[in-house]
Amino acid sequence: MSRKKKKSIETDVTASRREFLRSSIAAGGAIVAGSAAAHADSDPAITDLQEWSRYLGDGVDRAPYGVPSEHEKHVVRRYVGWLTASVESSVNFTPLHELDGIITPNGLCFERHHGGVAEVEPDKYRLMINGLVEKPLVFTLDDLKRFPRKNQINFLECAANSGMEWRGAQLNGCQFTHGMVHNVMYTGVPLRYLLEEAGLKTNAKWIMPEGGDASGMNRSVPLFKALDDCLIAFKMNGEALRPEQGYPVRLVVPGWEGNMWVKWIRRIEVGDEPWHAREETSKYTDLMANGKARRFTWEMDCKSVITNPSPEAPLKHDKGATVITGLAWSGRGTIPRVDVTLDGGRNWHAARVDGPSLDKSLHRFYYEFDWNGAPLLLQSRAVDSTGYIQPTKDELRTARGENSIYHNNGIQTWHVKNGGEVENVEVS
Amino acid sequence: MLKSPKGTLMRSALAGAALLVCLAVAKVQAEPSKSFGLGRPATVEEIQAWNIDVRPDGQGLPKGKGNPAKGEAIFAAKCAICHGDFGEGVDRWPVLAGGGDTLKSEDPVKTVGSYWPYLSTAYDYIYRAMPYGNAQTLKPDEVYSIIAYILLMNDVIEDEQFELSNENFTAVRLPNEKNFIDDLRPDTPTLKQAEPCMKDCKTDVKVTRRAQVLDVTPKNEDETAGRGAID
Repeated sequence: MSRKKKKSIETDVTASRREFLRSSIAAGGAIVAGSAAAHADSDPAITDLQEWSRYLGDGVDRAPYGVPSEHEKHVVRRYVGWLTASVESSVNFTPLHELDGIITPNGLCFERHHGGVAEVEPDKYRLMINGLVEKPLVFTLDDLKRFPRKNQINFLECAANSGMEWRGAQLNGCQFTHGMVHNVMYTGVPLRYLLEEAGLKTNAKWIMPEGGDASGMNRSVPLFKALDDCLIAFKMNGEALRPEQGYPVRLVVPGWEGNMWVKWIRRIEVGDEPWHAREETSKYTDLMANGKARRFTWEMDCKSVITNPSPEAPLKHDKGATVITGLAWSGRGTIPRVDVTLDGGRNWHAARVDGPSLDKSLHRFYYEFDWNGAPLLLQSRAVDSTGYIQPTKDELRTARGENSIYHNNGIQTWHVKNGGEVENVEVS
Repeated sequence: MLKSPKGTLMRSALAGAALLVCLAVAKVQAEPSKSFGLGRPATVEEIQAWNIDVRPDGQGLPKGKGNPAKGEAIFAAKCAICHGDFGEGVDRWPVLAGGGDTLKSEDPVKTVGSYWPYLSTAYDYIYRAMPYGNAQTLKPDEVYSIIAYILLMNDVIEDEQFELSNENFTAVRLPNEKNFIDDLRPDTPTLKQAEPCMKDCKTDVKVTRRAQVLDVTPKNEDETAGRGAID
């Protein structure tokens, strides 16, 4: 039935119902007059009959694959043009300030490619294991799905997350300063099973995962990690990997820098020495002030950030009940403790971690307080299960200088000003 | 290295110790490894097709040779559009040459000559990922020639007739090899040193740096250049 026709049929009934509603509201208002809001202050969102309450909505199947409300169109990954030379070897950022809980929706997981998104045909997908193994093997996607599976919720953080902030506050938004992290439930096969199926030779010490994309992404991963908790994953948050996240198969390297999580993985070579590939020599090595460079800096250090309020999510309400929330994580374990300061680090308060506390996963924290409307200097500081304390940015600079690009897990400061506007700043 | 009979003995003693460790580990593992009978053997031809990696010790280098003169011509045709005629880098594309003595400066220029530890990385990366958008198409002689030209641009070699090949490749060492060190983290305080301060931790707090001064945050289609890069 067309909406127009539907309207004419229903007009009489609805009109009389609305009249009845109006008169009863008036009567009710009279009864409580003096103790509640007067009739003139009544909210039209309530007193007016809304279209969605009156007319039928869309039927099932309007969008066979569901999409977010049209009112959430601004909740998207964003890109910083000046950071990279081309969009095929670039990065965009997860809108952390628009999300809550610990799981990142698949369509909002930040992207980092080195040769664009490979469009691998699943029927032609092959995973080869060669090198120091008893029998080099080839697996199809169907083969992989016949191994016992495991589910793991893990964060993936780019080693360069917050890398633009080493020399001081630069990007005015949590999406850009911290948005190269996401947290997903992966389903896949423990890498250990595949390596054991091929049979590791006794001198095997390293593996080299390699992507099937146009960058042939390759890294050296020590065998102890490969046999510990790495997954060959084909699902994220229950559904097939997104093309930009490595469809049909990617490597999951829990707690370690995102560059090692090779997407579109086509081959794993087993060796007795590392390869010193481009992404672990020219890139993803940490240049110190003295000119030395650290290599194989795999673990992502304990880190946290307040996602709300933040520059893209100012405080829009008056003084009174206020919720501060954010994320904390560590590549070495769980997060038993997050502290929050409102005054730039003079005094700290214990925040509340809510939701699952899982190994090498994002943790959600909250701090609720009565805001007096005055400016705030907000920071969060996480401590992980190994006792590692999230450092200040100055502590990091003292240890490493300002040229290291990677592994910036320093404490972030947001300046909440009069009126609730928020700016990315650093404090003494 | 260990060629004396004593050395051999030492080696077998070490191997014995390693075996003991393995046995100990195997004992505590809950699930012993078992075969699932999945996958199929890879053929020699298949392994050859994908086995493109090259290591610092020369493992993986294909037979071939090239010199800077040939390399310059190939570089001009296939590489210079992004990297510049002399490896200086166009726009934000990587700089490949120069940058010596900049690693301790405010603007380190990390090139094959100034930063990279091993030449094998150049072979491995150029074949697998270059030319950008037409990867895995260069012939071995082309890759050797391009690398020879990059070495010349970086003053690692000075002879324009120098012939780089799989035979002499590992003899070429890059100047910054010794400056790579292991991961030294954690390099900031942990609970072992002290509990984090909760009360009256500072007397004075001042804003020292502000993002809005720079104004490089994207707003809609704005394109303003900030400092630093992500890789």
